[in-house]
Amino acid sequence: MRFNLRVKNRVAVIGAGLTLFRRRLLETPQEMVWIAASRALEQAGLDFRDIDCVISGSAPDAFDGVHLKGEYYSEGAGVVGKPHIRVYVGGGTGVFVPVAAWWYVASGLCRRALVVAEEKMSSAAEPHPQAVFRHIWDPLVEKPLNPNLIWIFALEMHRYMHKCRVSKEDIALVSVKNKRNALDHPSAQAAADITVDDVLNSPMLVYPVNRLDISPVSDGAAALVMVSEEWARRYTDNPIWVAGIGFTLDTTSWTNRELSFPVYVRNAAEMAYRMAGIDNPVKSIDVVEPYDPFDYKELHHLEGLGLAPRCGAAKLTREGVTARDGDLPTCPSGGLLGVGNPIAAAGLMKVAEIFWQLRGEAGARQVKNDPVTGLAQAWGDLMQAGTVIILRR
Amino acid sequence: MVEVAVIGMGYSGFSPSTPHLSFREMVYEAAKRAYIDAGDIDPRRDIDAFVSCQEDFWEGVSISDEFAPEQIGGVLKPVYTVAGDGLQCIASAVAMIKSGAFDVVAVEAHGKPSEISTLSDIVRFSFDPIYVRPLDLASIHALQAIEARAFMDSFNISKEALGLYVVMSRRNGLRSSRASHASEIDLDTYMKSDMVSDPLSEHDIAPFSDAAIVAVLASDTVARGYSDDLVWVRGVGFASDIYTYVFRDLSIDRSARIAADKAYKMAGIDSPKSLRNLVVELDERYSYKALQTLISIGLAGPDIARDLESGVFNRSGAIPVNPGGGALSEGVPLEAHGLARLLSGYEQLKGRAGSAQIDDAENAIIHGWRGFATATSSIVVLSR
Repeated sequence: MRFNLRVKNRVAVIGAGLTLFRRRLLETPQEMVWIAASRALEQAGLDFRDIDCVISGSAPDAFDGVHLKGEYYSEGAGVVGKPHIRVYVGGGTGVFVPVAAWWYVASGLCRRALVVAEEKMSSAAEPHPQAVFRHIWDPLVEKPLNPNLIWIFALEMHRYMHKCRVSKEDIALVSVKNKRNALDHPSAQAAADITVDDVLNSPMLVYPVNRLDISPVSDGAAALVMVSEEWARRYTDNPIWVAGIGFTLDTTSWTNRELSFPVYVRNAAEMAYRMAGIDNPVKSIDVVEPYDPFDYKELHHLEGLGLAPRCGAAKLTREGVTARDGDLPTCPSGGLLGVGNPIAAAGLMKVAEIFWQLRGEAGARQVKNDPVTGLAQAWGDLMQAGTVIILRR
Repeated sequence: MVEVAVIGMGYSGFSPSTPHLSFREMVYEAAKRAYIDAGDIDPRRDIDAFVSCQEDFWEGVSISDEFAPEQIGGVLKPVYTVAGDGLQCIASAVAMIKSGAFDVVAVEAHGKPSEISTLSDIVRFSFDPIYVRPLDLASIHALQAIEARAFMDSFNISKEALGLYVVMSRRNGLRSSRASHASEIDLDTYMKSDMVSDPLSEHDIAPFSDAAIVAVLASDTVARGYSDDLVWVRGVGFASDIYTYVFRDLSIDRSARIAADKAYKMAGIDSPKSLRNLVVELDERYSYKALQTLISIGLAGPDIARDLESGVFNRSGAIPVNPGGGALSEGVPLEAHGLARLLSGYEQLKGRAGSAQIDDAENAIIHGWRGFATATSSIVVLSR
């Protein structure tokens, strides 16, 4: 791939917006999308009328309980006689939506795009939204075993702990950090001031996963406004540019893989670094939002992104490097563990956080190292998808 | 500016049922054929990214994109899914290539409705859960029947006019090896067929079929290395009208009109009728939809009934429509239907349409609609 050579048009993010993230929101999917979109447009100083394309993302239709749910919620994003496309890569969707929006704007097919992600996990599946995950498996080989998601992530977590000699205590530090960071996030659902012992003493779900190792079930929506360079210059003095995009999908046969290292995240990151002209990510990335639906995933992903040495992320966390005032602020938003995990919306929330951090608009969450370049990453499908976006001031 | 060409296409299926193949095997077969058609390319080396078009509920699997990579050669490469018709994937691939970041992109769509045992229930799940689902409509075709009536009343279209179209298209299908539902029927048989949801009778509604289709798109610099005889994507457009049914203008298809405006503009076309040696491949999963689309995308006026009678849309007419049959003859492979139309248009421009060939076909307008409950349409303009 001859990446950055022939990319001519720059694409900017000029606004972001979120709903509250909550276990049960009263709003319909259409209303949630409308709230997030309106806020993003408000920050950008645009109106629904100014938008010429809507790029949206949402994970399984079964959560909302609507077939073709992209068609359904699109109305909330002002899709009345305009181009709308919905993309998805499971949990990786949230970071992937602005990736797809990037090529729609960079190609010149769209100029002012509204980017939305939505998930309403509370309403459809009974007795618990986890029930949806009973239908994500290979129908012949895996479904008869009736696995659930926590079960397979427990396998991955255990493998990572074993291979990298990481303790439960080290992993719990991530949950403690992120839930504390989220205390400063106005949308947060699971912010808390807790200790490592609280995590270790929370109910065991599937060994080695305790309840406080996991992000909650959430409803929520997030939105960005992404525009061409020409429009960015008209609307704002401080656009945030998309410097790099990357995405990779590994094989469906997750059972055949070494689970201790996410190769697909590494490939996606390398694609994005190449496009952004980054040789040394540790030096170049000032703030990072890796995907943290489980606390061990933050460590796993920091290593996949090349921001920590292999098996070295736990040490960085222990030494405070990944704290909000550390050298590599990681999940300053509070992440999925603290803010909540409405799947696609959670990923886009991470991109929104990087946008606000680079603009210096993150308020009490603002990191101290005056960041120029930030990265958001998400992960999805059967431990299979890696999506990465790099933003630059 | 980067130009985009279709350098290869392949398919598998177009059968009412395919119990001997899984959908992944069908996609593999289609991909293999497309890659050979493109000059025997190796997807692991020559393709930069892959797009898959599918919807969870049709697949019977949540997060169905998990099952996309292997069969198209995409493992550990950039692969993603669009929840849309195949032509929306084509539009995405065009955007990717025109951005300058990708040179070769493969697009896949498939549908296996024969394996869906509760198809009507799934369709009902696509209706608005608060305002429409509680109506518990007796037929999944009911909303389309209302639209058909609104369209027919607005343009004074008789049931016979729909019949003329059905007779023409089903007969055209006899020329295609993919059209297992093609048949020679006359207007009399059509008029006597059973009513499903007034004014739509059995022959107005396309059946389903199983199919997988793969297309390979490339930038001009790379494409010219593969062939001198290329099919160019000159324009793409897609749009959705408002989702809430009762707020829509049902007489025309605004989504098709807007999609066409965008595609024509991109292709630099003022009047689509003026395109030389034009072939039109459009979504006719309901007979009225074909006529409504022809008006909506500027290929016919309010006097469309007269055009039908005088044979404008016949194989020998000025604007041949679905010259090898469309959905009424092939069946609808769900989200793959747009690519089925693209495939027919591609074969016409390549001169490979066999007995369905229109001599000297030079330009093609391809239309796709997402079907039940949606107001989403796509248009692709191809040129030789």
